Amino acid sequence: MIQSLQNMFLTGEQIKNLELKANEIRKDIINMLLAAGSGHSAGPLGMADVFSALYFSGVLNWEPADPWKADRDRVILSNGHICPVWYATLAHTGAFSHQQLVTLRKLGSPLQGHPHYRELPGVENTGGPLGQGLSQAIGQAMAAKMDGAGWRVYCLMSDAEMQEGQTWEAVMFAGKNNLFNLTAIVDRNNIQIDGYTEEVMPLEPLADKWRAFNWTVLEVDGHNIREITDAIEKAKTIRENPTVIIAHTIPGKGVEFMEGDFTWHGKPPKPEEGVVAIKQLRTLWGRIKSEQE
Amino acid sequence: MPKGVLNPKVFEKDLEKKATRDGYGRGLMELGEMNEKVVVLTGDLKESTRAEEFFKKYPERSIECGVAEQNMTGIAAGLAAAGKIPFVSSYAVFSPGRAWDQVRVSVCYSNLNVKISGAHTGVSVGPDGATHQALEDIAIMRVLPNMTVVVPCDEIETRKMTLAAASCPGPVYFRFAREKTAVITTEEMPFEMGRAEVYWDSDNFQFSIFNFQSISKFSNLKNQIAIIGCGPLLYDCLVAAKELHGEGIGTMVINNHTVKPMDEKTIIEAVEKCGAVVTVEEHQVSGGMGSAVAEVLARNLPTPMEFVGMPDKFGESGEPGELLKKYGMDVASIKMAIKRVLARK
Repeated sequence: MIQSLQNMFLTGEQIKNLELKANEIRKDIINMLLAAGSGHSAGPLGMADVFSALYFSGVLNWEPADPWKADRDRVILSNGHICPVWYATLAHTGAFSHQQLVTLRKLGSPLQGHPHYRELPGVENTGGPLGQGLSQAIGQAMAAKMDGAGWRVYCLMSDAEMQEGQTWEAVMFAGKNNLFNLTAIVDRNNIQIDGYTEEVMPLEPLADKWRAFNWTVLEVDGHNIREITDAIEKAKTIRENPTVIIAHTIPGKGVEFMEGDFTWHGKPPKPEEGVVAIKQLRTLWGRIKSEQE
Repeated sequence: MPKGVLNPKVFEKDLEKKATRDGYGRGLMELGEMNEKVVVLTGDLKESTRAEEFFKKYPERSIECGVAEQNMTGIAAGLAAAGKIPFVSSYAVFSPGRAWDQVRVSVCYSNLNVKISGAHTGVSVGPDGATHQALEDIAIMRVLPNMTVVVPCDEIETRKMTLAAASCPGPVYFRFAREKTAVITTEEMPFEMGRAEVYWDSDNFQFSIFNFQSISKFSNLKNQIAIIGCGPLLYDCLVAAKELHGEGIGTMVINNHTVKPMDEKTIIEAVEKCGAVVTVEEHQVSGGMGSAVAEVLARNLPTPMEFVGMPDKFGESGEPGELLKKYGMDVASIKMAIKRVLARK
């Protein structure tokens, strides 16, 4: 889809490694949800490739060794309920101990059920109640613009939170103010708690809606690392308006019995289901690995 | 005990009147000069919230959000996270009224340095009617952890409060009014957030803030009641206090501008001396400043108490004075409340 930039900066081997990283993140997500006994499964699994691409491909100016440096890129997670994928990704960067992951949702843990601002290195916002993240991201982007600073803001969002009015207030504002330092990444997985988005409250034509508010729209396969990273890089070159990357994902990706099923939106696997899920993810890991060799 | 004196004309006919929102506008202009981090946001209300001068002088630090208070609040949170000091300017019924969840989650839970100013509070908004008369804002803001809530009493105090808010870390909510109201303080009087001030003390007229010719002939009376007020109605509290003094009833009047965190020490000391309390505010009785005082007293010093405020009703269109009278927030109502609580002592 991003023809002009295809194959621009990642080698085939790097791509495979990012896929493997996503797979590791997925296993962590399952283990975290099993340990917590509650939480959301489908969204975090579906976004693992996007998070892997964002944090490990080199597109993001952020270092775990200095997580609050002034000129860092900011990552805002608007749909806070998919935080297991964020926490697992950040742990893989080395921002905090990998062993902490299983404290998700436990008393006293910084891994809150929904992310809390600066509770962990890299957690740049409080998110959970839907529709708030894009506004927060806009505030950061406006501050960067006022200061003439070059850092960028990435706002990860769900598709169903486009049903919140605030999202469109924010979309309208960013389009008007030419916030080219802002990239929104929408997880278009077509599910929400009560069902499929197009049945609960239709969002299509989604790309046209963003375009109508003066955004550049890029659509990618949310499991294709190259498409994701190319789109992020392309967004950096656009100076006219903010960019939204609509990432088409399969909710529950990597765990067959969860894939595409909205009922896995808001529940964790039972212990026996978790065993099957981990087994499937191991098989997937083996498949990616063998393709690499 | 504050330095300087209250406006010596407090009880004169030619007492100056100014709208508290004008003090906000003045404060913003000074902040613009003093602190480059200060950013002002509005939701299509820059003129009537008095943010307009700032917008003209500092366009690069002014953000017009259009009619979208939820987004405006989230943007303010993002600005604060990036080191700015955003002042969000709208009518209180819209912000924080419409953006409560955003204030709760994006601002307060993250403890971000966002200042929210609610204009057009109280029934004194007048002809616009109940939709635009904010009477619940103190309640919905003071219940949020990390939030500071301040209700300045006049234009001068609003200016001081605006400056103080910028140097108070964390979220601050403050409210002001549309109408011109009595200017009872002076620029010289110090202002400190979190510190209540005694403005009238029937038992101590040597008290330095009193410098009025008209009360110089008053002799000290034993205090029977503490009148704890905030906002422009504090003037009505002083008028009631003077009239009651003439009727032989001694009172203390306390400017309890900081509803949260409250100056419990000053409140408790005054109530200990008086033994009865009336709170006065242009807000719903439920959940307002009076409720906050009741919470303090219930824990520390249970005392007979009456509440002057909106009695669980919506307002309506009318002139400010008419509305304050109809809904029981004028001088006569304050005096009646005082007599009711004295009867219970």
